[in-house]
Amino acid sequence: MAKVLMKGNEAIGEAAIRAGCLNYFAYPITPQSEVAEYLSRRMPEVGGMFLQGESEVAVSYMLFGASACGARVFTSSSSPGISLMSEGISYIAGAECPVVFINIMRGGPGLGGILPSQADYFQATKGGGHGDYRLLVMAPASVQEAVEMVMISFTLAEKYRNPVMLLGDGLIGQMMEPVEFPDNLASEPSNKDEWATSGMDTRGTDKRNLVKSLFLDSVKLNEHNLLLKAKYDRMKQEEVRYEPYNIESDYKVLVVSYGTMSRVCKTAIDNMKEEGFEVAMIRPQTLFPFPEEAVNQAASKESCRVVISIEMSMGQMVEDVERCVKGKLPVEWYGKCGGDIPTPEEVIDSVKSFYKEYI
Amino acid sequence: MAYKLYIDTNRCKGCGLCVSVCPKNVLQISEEINAKGYFPVYQALPEDCNFCATCCMMCPDVAITITEENEETVEQPE
Amino acid sequence: MGKTFIKPEALSDQYTHYCPGCTHGIIHRLVAEVIDELDISGRTVGIAPVGCAVLAYNYFTFDFQEASHGRAPAMATGVKRVRPDLAVFTYQGDGDLASIGMGEIVHAANRGEKFTTIFVNNTVYGMTGGQMAPTTMPGQRTTTSPFGREVKTTGMPVKMAELLSTLETPGYITRQTVIKPKYIAKAKKAIKKAFEYQLEGKCFSFVEVISTCPTNWGLTPIEAVKWAEETLLPYYKLGEFKTPD
Repeated sequence: MAKVLMKGNEAIGEAAIRAGCLNYFAYPITPQSEVAEYLSRRMPEVGGMFLQGESEVAVSYMLFGASACGARVFTSSSSPGISLMSEGISYIAGAECPVVFINIMRGGPGLGGILPSQADYFQATKGGGHGDYRLLVMAPASVQEAVEMVMISFTLAEKYRNPVMLLGDGLIGQMMEPVEFPDNLASEPSNKDEWATSGMDTRGTDKRNLVKSLFLDSVKLNEHNLLLKAKYDRMKQEEVRYEPYNIESDYKVLVVSYGTMSRVCKTAIDNMKEEGFEVAMIRPQTLFPFPEEAVNQAASKESCRVVISIEMSMGQMVEDVERCVKGKLPVEWYGKCGGDIPTPEEVIDSVKSFYKEYI
Repeated sequence: MAYKLYIDTNRCKGCGLCVSVCPKNVLQISEEINAKGYFPVYQALPEDCNFCATCCMMCPDVAITITEENEETVEQPE
Repeated sequence: MGKTFIKPEALSDQYTHYCPGCTHGIIHRLVAEVIDELDISGRTVGIAPVGCAVLAYNYFTFDFQEASHGRAPAMATGVKRVRPDLAVFTYQGDGDLASIGMGEIVHAANRGEKFTTIFVNNTVYGMTGGQMAPTTMPGQRTTTSPFGREVKTTGMPVKMAELLSTLETPGYITRQTVIKPKYIAKAKKAIKKAFEYQLEGKCFSFVEVISTCPTNWGLTPIEAVKWAEETLLPYYKLGEFKTPD
């Protein structure tokens, strides 16, 4: 398999094609428009379908319609665009359709900025749209990881009949890194005859299918929600992914960080290790389901004094970290917004100053 | 060709549109309530009916059907 | 003399929840008759709106999807783009199509998406209790225009068929009505023509159907027909506004 140097956005587009997803609906928005630009050239080459919709709202429903009739589909957008798609996401989850969403996060709230952020954590993991639904959320820290996660996302979306979101940030989208496209990560599309509105003739039956999310009867709607919840519970059992870093050492501080922020933290951890100051990190690769066990276990270390959630936001993941640590240790937050990405030195300063507070 | 007209009194909502369009004034609203609480239509002058199907066309509820005399009446389930 | 008349197979047996005299029932039946006659039930996908026809899927016997308010044309675009062989139609009311969904219908028509839209225009928001719609007539009282629609502050009613026919992209755009038998036959022909254009892969097709809403107009079904004929038909003119040929 050849290694190529690719821009994150373009690699993400290519990964979807390699995963057998030949249908892309999207709307331009910085910092991910290159996904659409790349696919507008590439989709015709592979006999795929590219359509730039008139708004993210419209796009979210194009995805719904296409997924509901059995096609593998995905889109990419960025924070404000994902806000617009949020109603659609709720409908797609309620109607149990598989769609992959890529969010290349930028600064917010509102029009915010076009530089990277991690400020959509709440939106992705806790809501965004209305109602009791969850997204399976994956968070890559490199272009290679983004490629692999995109491919796995299609399998997971179909396994659970649920939308899956890849939470990247402007750095992942814009930077160029060496990438290999694995052959074996995405499965064949699942059999959708039981539920997809693919046309009765196509399925060779006279039983029609109906894709909807409306259940006016309270008992039926409760049952439907229980069914959805069972999926999310199963995700918690089977889909947790995370990377421990320097966890075997006698670490004084535990850092929890994801995406490109975690790479800055790794450099900081390596630098501190050289001075003899041990710090460990749990890097969630799935934000939902969150690696609750792993964080809780890691917070039980004798030598550890404090847990710090380091994010490019005003502190969103920190609430989940606090919840998992269950009071074993104090939990703090460090981060910056606006695309003013913390440097390894700033991370080191914050780690050391929090540690001082809790010796 | 002989025809027969059937009014499914349970489908009928008594809207009266068929009564207003029947060219032969065959139809009237009944005084007997149906299961849903509506007063359905009935053929007051069935012998005048020429099976033009205008009432069928006008009916929003497909409550009136016309079949050939020798065919089974198309009865709708409850 | 005389003819047979039975329920089309594409229409289900279910009693509808629509009000007595509501023209939705007639339009549903015409769509089902056309689908039967063209023998396309096995490859039709209908897209239900949010409005009185939110439960439209209960009344048809082929594949159906449920859209959110206004977004049916976007869903139809999604289906048609990935499965151009399916016969796709959206069925929408005033609020769904002319208010929240205005963007989606205009863009779908402009891109020339090859699906069919049935637009049920009864000048009010039926399901939610009779509020004002973009299609409400000047002076018409609704629950959110209790003193009558004021043109000065809310503009004139939107003529969707005319609006869409100004687009350069080819399309079949027509306005019909089902308030009386003489119009119903024409409406059915138009709906059939719309589906035929779709099956030929020719263009976007749009059939606006002037309808009644007795309940929210505060009229009996027969009075509603009269009001529609006297007040709506002079403003919302019937006919073909655009054909692709």
